Amino acid sequence: MEGLDEARGEIGARGSVEPGETGHARRRHPSAKEYVRIGVILVVLTTLEVWTSYSGLPHGLLITMLFGLGFVKFVLVVLWPMHLRFDDARYSRFFIMGASGAGILFLVVLLLLKAFAR
Amino acid sequence: MADTTARAAPVEHTSTGLPSTKLAMWLFLASECLLFGALITTYVLYRGASTTGPYPNEIFDIRYTSVSSFVLLASSLTMVLALTAAEQRDFARMRLWLVATAMLGLTFVGGQVYEFTSFYHEGLTIKTNLFGTTFYVLTGFHGVHVTVGILMLLSLVGMSWAGRLPDDQSFPVEMVGLYWHFVDIVWIVIFTVVYLIPQPKPVG
Repeated sequence: MEGLDEARGEIGARGSVEPGETGHARRRHPSAKEYVRIGVILVVLTTLEVWTSYSGLPHGLLITMLFGLGFVKFVLVVLWPMHLRFDDARYSRFFIMGASGAGILFLVVLLLLKAFAR
Repeated sequence: MADTTARAAPVEHTSTGLPSTKLAMWLFLASECLLFGALITTYVLYRGASTTGPYPNEIFDIRYTSVSSFVLLASSLTMVLALTAAEQRDFARMRLWLVATAMLGLTFVGGQVYEFTSFYHEGLTIKTNLFGTTFYVLTGFHGVHVTVGILMLLSLVGMSWAGRLPDDQSFPVEMVGLYWHFVDIVWIVIFTVVYLIPQPKPVG
């Protein structure tokens, strides 16, 4: 999730800020073309995921690849369609708080109950 | 062609300088992360712990679920295209994309209903085993969220048609869009964890 802040910082440097009619600043969102490009990337990644699940790769490598691909898709949707790459950093903080809370819950429960050992 | 400038939402001045509605939406989504985090954790915790079948490997049809995943991904694209149209103040096109998003959502939910029905006929109910319980609760909660999203989308279309949305219609579209994309990212995780990762051998 650190990538969110980095990416946002990058766009913050070059992204334009639109002053709103009522005083709220809103950054410009991507164009339709950029969204389509992200959509195509997501389709390719999903196809790769499905192919990987049938590939017969060793278990460890398979799990790593599937989680890796899933994570990239997750981040792409959060950064582009959900606009965290372009919006105020405070929105990202809220989301990172929830998402990392869920991740910590996942790891703590599974480690405590030794679910990974099965 | 209308300009591509994002226009301001008709919201009050706030001490944060940010629209409270949008902050509240992100806070809500953060809490939803915890809800789905708990459900996914429970599913993973009981993976391979069922003592009776049917087991996941026997009933999952990855190809079928992959098509559902593509449908939901496509709906995220139509949702952002609706937002782009709203920002360009092309409200007819915005409504078209919103209806397309709702239809794709309906297709996804229809697919899920079909999947649940076929699993039921194969003997998997919510009470059959730990897999059935955790699977139906997790994917059922997600399906309910998609259904709520469809209702929000159709309400938005109806309100836009009736002229009951504010002059800047992009703000409500953006809020509903955030919810819709969140439902999409939850599915990305569910698809990987539940369907794609191979299941351990059953204990029985």
